[in-house]
Amino acid sequence: MKAIRTACLIALGVLLGLPATAQKVQINGAGATFPYPIYSKWFSEYNKLHPDVEVNYQSIGSGGGIRQLTAETVFFGATDGPMTDEQLHAAPGKVLHLPTVLGGVVPIYNLPGVGELKFTGPVIADLVMGKITKWNDPALVKLNPSAKLPATDVAIVHRSDGSGTTYIFVDYLSKVSPDFKQKVGVATSVNWPTGVGGKGNEGVAGLVKQTPGAFGYVELIYAIQNKIDYGSVQNQAGEFVRSSLESVTAAAASAAGSMPDDFRVSITNAPGKGVYPISSFTWLLFYEDPKDKKAAKVMVDFVKWALTEGQKYTKDLGYAPVPANVIALEMKAVGKIKL
Amino acid sequence: MSRSSSRRRSADDRVFRLGTGFFALLVVLIVAGIAWVLWRQSRLSIAKFGFSFWKGTTWDPVAGDFGALPFIWGTLYSSALALLISTPIALGIAIFLSELSPRPLRTPLAFLTELLAAVPSIVYGLWGVFVLVPIVRKLHVLMPDGLRKTPLFSGPPLGVGMAAAALVLAVMVIPFTSSVAREVLKAVPNTQREAAYALGATRWEAIQAAMRYGRTGILGAIILGLGRAIGETMAVTMVIGNNPQVAWSLFKPQYTMAAVLANEFTEASTDLYLSALVEIGLVLFAITLVINTLSRLLIWSVTHEGKAKKRAPAAVPAKAAA
Repeated sequence: MKAIRTACLIALGVLLGLPATAQKVQINGAGATFPYPIYSKWFSEYNKLHPDVEVNYQSIGSGGGIRQLTAETVFFGATDGPMTDEQLHAAPGKVLHLPTVLGGVVPIYNLPGVGELKFTGPVIADLVMGKITKWNDPALVKLNPSAKLPATDVAIVHRSDGSGTTYIFVDYLSKVSPDFKQKVGVATSVNWPTGVGGKGNEGVAGLVKQTPGAFGYVELIYAIQNKIDYGSVQNQAGEFVRSSLESVTAAAASAAGSMPDDFRVSITNAPGKGVYPISSFTWLLFYEDPKDKKAAKVMVDFVKWALTEGQKYTKDLGYAPVPANVIALEMKAVGKIKL
Repeated sequence: MSRSSSRRRSADDRVFRLGTGFFALLVVLIVAGIAWVLWRQSRLSIAKFGFSFWKGTTWDPVAGDFGALPFIWGTLYSSALALLISTPIALGIAIFLSELSPRPLRTPLAFLTELLAAVPSIVYGLWGVFVLVPIVRKLHVLMPDGLRKTPLFSGPPLGVGMAAAALVLAVMVIPFTSSVAREVLKAVPNTQREAAYALGATRWEAIQAAMRYGRTGILGAIILGLGRAIGETMAVTMVIGNNPQVAWSLFKPQYTMAAVLANEFTEASTDLYLSALVEIGLVLFAITLVINTLSRLLIWSVTHEGKAKKRAPAAVPAKAAA
């Protein structure tokens, strides 16, 4: 039944779509789910300004985006973790990474009446590896001497689906805990030593919210929307910083000085003051010498718009804007796309 | 009837036979095509892990080490538990609706059970997360400590886990099994029941006779439910806890094959990872095939046994053959 219905809808969509697309520039992209809300906002706003440009973005996941870009079935890709050297090598042309927005991942917990907690990277690593099993563990008490930590068990909740959120979180933990790096490592889904998996940010938020003693991680916006307690994390400068749009942007600004030419940079555990350490860029992927020149022209204009005008939509949707010094670098890089 | 019209009719027959035959062949081709594509795309993983893929218990995308046993276990265990819970309830519903229910209640009740079958699985999943999981957690906390130490009930009181998954699956399977079983019981000729009553049978004995008559169909209804339980993805992944481990405990988080496919396919970045996921699909395909074959054999042996019994006097050699 479901299959038949889907087939009918697709057929209907094709029939309705055909006459409308005749004189329009249609561009297809695919990739990360994390920036999907802002991308779809951008594409619809841009379409209002330029009714002849229609961008289709399928949020099929970063891995799928990279695969489709490599197979040249889409014009652009999008990813939450930069492409590896191996993946770049496998692509038929030189691929350009362009950071578009930033996100922060926060540690969330369900301890009624305890209030805001402070964490350090190594303590979070010990929690998710099952080394700290009780909330009144000495390591947590030492960080939070005034909090009334109960003797309840810690229940770890992680993402069950492969995701950029997981990538950012484990990338940070691998930088601050050698043990975590060796036993778990960095990828969009990893072999968690303990805990339960929730599907999507909303799944993790839901499980943490209803399980007493639970600890998990989500994108900042989900913690705010679901009114879940989230802790501050100690950065390299030794400050305990709560994730906010400003502290996430600060992490990117501090990384700008050492930004590599291809923008493939991890800004977790970034140095500097006021920096939130579990932050990351998300990238759009383009070929430097695209085959479809007409689409390339349109997309270069779009990217320029997204990096300037478009940045004002970030805050409402819970993303941190890219700092000005990085945007300046990107504007130069966009010029490299051969039109 | 003139000659030409009968000839035309036989030509029509041939066209019809060829047409329907082609469609039947299409099914075979599709099944073979699926198997071929799954096998081709999982070659990388088959070459690397071989048979150890079936018994490996590690699933580590970072290290590129993949084993499917926890997922196979989770799928089979959750489906078996779901059938254990759903079968008596579904048959109870079917018997009540076809044999005992007052006539005016029959149609609305049957309509309601069929409505349950049309509820999308995501709705069952949400119901599982927000209603069932907290109840399971409370029950687990209330359990006496001695019981909680036994292997069947051990684990942290999370609520999500095997028990929640089996219960959600059971609820999803019940409408399927009960509607088919009800249709089967409805199709049992009334003469069967009348004959039972004529021999002095009680109502319960008459129902037993009707069930005996329709046992092939009832078995088919249960197997239809099993198929649904094995393939269910969304609702299961929302409540099972998604932690690949082989455990008897009803309260430990576990994982199923369909769930891991849905969860990890989109972000599988390396070729080996993708290939291992496709091989999970292949394993699921193979297991479904084996289970369906076994259930066909079961149905066949039941019908066969029935036929043997009917020829009661000469039953001894016939039984041996069965």
